[in-house]
Amino acid sequence: MKLQRKLIGTSVVSLTAIAAFSIIAMVVFVMWTIVAGAWGTISWEFLFSPPTEGMTEGGIFPAIVGTVLLVVIMSVAGVPVGTVTAVYLSEYASQRSLLARSIRFAVNTLAGVPAIVFGLFGLGFFVQFVGSGMDNLLTDGVELRWAQPNILWASMTMALLTLPVVIVSVEEAIKTVPQDLRAASLALGATKWQTIWKVVLPNSITGILTGGILAVSRGAGEVAPILFTGAAYFLPHLPTSVSDQFMELGYHVYIMSTQSTNVDATKGIQYATTLVLLLLTFMLNFSAIFLRSRIRALKAR
Amino acid sequence: MRSRGISEDTAVVLKRETAEETPAENGTALASPGGALMQSGSQRLMNKTDLRKRFRLNEFLAEKLVTSIAFISLATIVMIFIFVFREAAPIFFQEEPGPQTMEAQPQEEQETYGEEFLGDASKNLDAGQDRSTSVETAGGEGHASLANLASTTWQPVSGEPKYGMVPLVVGSIKVTMLAILIAAPVAILAALFTSSFAPKWSKEILKPAIEILAGFPSVVIGFFALVTMATLMQEFFGYQYRLNAFVGGVAMSLAVIPIIFTVSEDAITAIPRYMTEASLALGATKWQTALFVTLPAATPGVFAAVLLGFGRAFGETMIVLMATGNAALVSASLFEPVRTMSATIGAEMAEVVFGDTHYNVLFMLGSILFIFTFALNALAEVFIRQRLLKRFRGL
Repeated sequence: MKLQRKLIGTSVVSLTAIAAFSIIAMVVFVMWTIVAGAWGTISWEFLFSPPTEGMTEGGIFPAIVGTVLLVVIMSVAGVPVGTVTAVYLSEYASQRSLLARSIRFAVNTLAGVPAIVFGLFGLGFFVQFVGSGMDNLLTDGVELRWAQPNILWASMTMALLTLPVVIVSVEEAIKTVPQDLRAASLALGATKWQTIWKVVLPNSITGILTGGILAVSRGAGEVAPILFTGAAYFLPHLPTSVSDQFMELGYHVYIMSTQSTNVDATKGIQYATTLVLLLLTFMLNFSAIFLRSRIRALKAR
Repeated sequence: MRSRGISEDTAVVLKRETAEETPAENGTALASPGGALMQSGSQRLMNKTDLRKRFRLNEFLAEKLVTSIAFISLATIVMIFIFVFREAAPIFFQEEPGPQTMEAQPQEEQETYGEEFLGDASKNLDAGQDRSTSVETAGGEGHASLANLASTTWQPVSGEPKYGMVPLVVGSIKVTMLAILIAAPVAILAALFTSSFAPKWSKEILKPAIEILAGFPSVVIGFFALVTMATLMQEFFGYQYRLNAFVGGVAMSLAVIPIIFTVSEDAITAIPRYMTEASLALGATKWQTALFVTLPAATPGVFAAVLLGFGRAFGETMIVLMATGNAALVSASLFEPVRTMSATIGAEMAEVVFGDTHYNVLFMLGSILFIFTFALNALAEVFIRQRLLKRFRGL
C-alpha cells in the first residue's frame, strides 16, 4: 500500500517534470535549428545589402529598414496614447464610473482581438475610409496616394494592436509611485495636472519605457496585420515617404518560405532572416524584462 | 500600514482642496485640521483671481484632453465592430449580384501557401482555370446567398464562385482543438511542477524558457513548422501529406503553451498558503496536496487559461497559413491538409477586388473570428480575477 502510494507519487512528480522539461527541450531545439540553419549565411554583408537575383541572393537590408521604420512610427503614435490612457485610468477615473470601466473592458478586449482582424480593420478603416477621404480632400480623388496600403497605415494598425501592452505596463508603473509623493506635491500647492506632469510621470518613466519596448517587440514580430496594410513583396528602393510600401522582416520570412521562386536554394536566407527577427525581439524582450524587474524591486522597497 | 492609511486620507483632503470649484466649498475643506497653514495661501490665490482662473482652465483642459485620449481604446473597439461588419454586411443586404469585377488573378496564388497540390485542391485549380472563359456569371451564383455560405465547397475564384464556409470552420476547429489538446496538459502539468515540486534551479531555467517561447513571433514558429518540423514528423509518422492539420496543431501548441502556463501558474500561486499547509499538516504528501487541493482550488483560473489559449489559437494566422497545407477539405482525418478561417483571410485578402462579394465574405470570416474571440475573452474574464488577466496581458 505504502509502496504503491510512493510509486504513484513518483510518477506524478516525474510526469509534471517531463512536461516542464519538454517545453525547455522544444525551445532549445527551435533555437538550435534556426541558428544552425542560419550559420553559413549570416554576415554583416547579409545585413547591409539588398536582395539580388530575384531575391535568391543578397541580403535583407530593406527589410530591416522597413521594420525599424514601422516600429518607430508605431511607437510615436501608440506610446503617448497608451501612456495618457493609463494616466486617465489610474489618476483621473474613479474606478466605479461607467466610462472608466468600459475603457478598461475595451483595453482587455483589444488585447484579445486576433491580429488578422486588426489587419482587416486597418484595410477597412485606414486604407479604405481615411485614405480615400484624404485623397478626395487633397487631390479631389484624382490621384491615388493615400487610399492604398502604405507604411503609415500599417504603423497605425500596429499601434492600435500594441496599445493594450503599453497601457498595462504604464499603469503598473504609475501604481508604484508612492501616494506620499502625490500628497506632498499637492500640499505644496501644485495642481492635479502639475502633479501628474512633474511628479507621477517622471517617476514612472521606466514603466513607459518598458511598455514601449514590449510594444516594439510585439510589433516587430506580428505579420498578420501588415499582410494587406502595407508590406511589400519586394521593393528596389527604400521607402522615402510614409505613403510608400515597405519590406518587413517577418513578412520577408513568410514570403521567402512559401512563395519564393526557389524555396530550397534560399533556405539559408530564410533561416538567417528568421534569426535576425528572433534576435531583435529577444533583445527587446530582455531589456523590457530587466526594466520591469527594476520596477518590481522599487515597488518592494 | 497605519501611516499609509493616514497619508492617503490626507491626500484625499488635499485633492479635494485643490479641486474645489467655489470659494464657499473651499472654506469647508479648510475647516479640517491642518488647514490653517493653507488658508493664507489659498486666500492669496483667491485675491489674484485672474491667475486662479487660468489655472483652472488648464486643469479643465488637461482633464478633458486626457479623458478624450483615453476614449480612443473604447472608440477603437467600436470602430473595429463597425468597420469589419460594414464590409461584411453586403452579403446579407445585397440581393442582386454586383457587376462581376473580378480580374484575372494568378490562380496559383491561392493554393501555393503550402507546398502541396492534391486531390480537391487541384480540382479547385482546374475549376479556376476555365473561369476566364466563363466570366458571364450574372446568375445567382455570383453573390453569396446563405445557402452558398453554408455549402461545403470553398472556391471563391472560379466561374461559379462558391463561398462554402464549412470547410474553413471545420479546419479552424480541427487545428484549434489539436493545439489545445496538446498544449493544455503540457502547460498545466508544467505549471503544477513549477509551483509545487520544482527545485529552485529548475524554476530558474523554466521561467526564462517560457518567456522566450512567449517572445517567439508567430511567423518564426510557422517557419520552423513549415521547414523543419513538417519534414521530421512526416518521416516519423509516415503520413501522405507533408503539411496537414496535425503539423499545424502541434506548431500552434507552441504558441499557446506560454499563455496557458502563465495564467494557470498565476492561478495556482494565488491559492492561499493555509490551504496547502493544512493539507500537508493532515499528513498528505506533496503530490497529494498538489493534485487534490491545489489543482481543484485553482480550477477557475486554469479553465480561464485554457479559454484564453483557445481564443489565441483560433485567431492565430501566420502559423496555420504556413503549416497546414491550406486546402479547403472537409474530412475527419487529422493528417490531411486543412484551410482555416484566419489563413483564408490572410492568403486571399491581398488579391481580391474591393467591394467584391469575395471581399465581403472574407470580412464576414473576420467578423466571425472577432465575435468568437470576443465571446471567449469575455467568458475567460468571468473565470479569472482582473489581476491575473493583467499580468498575462502585460507579458
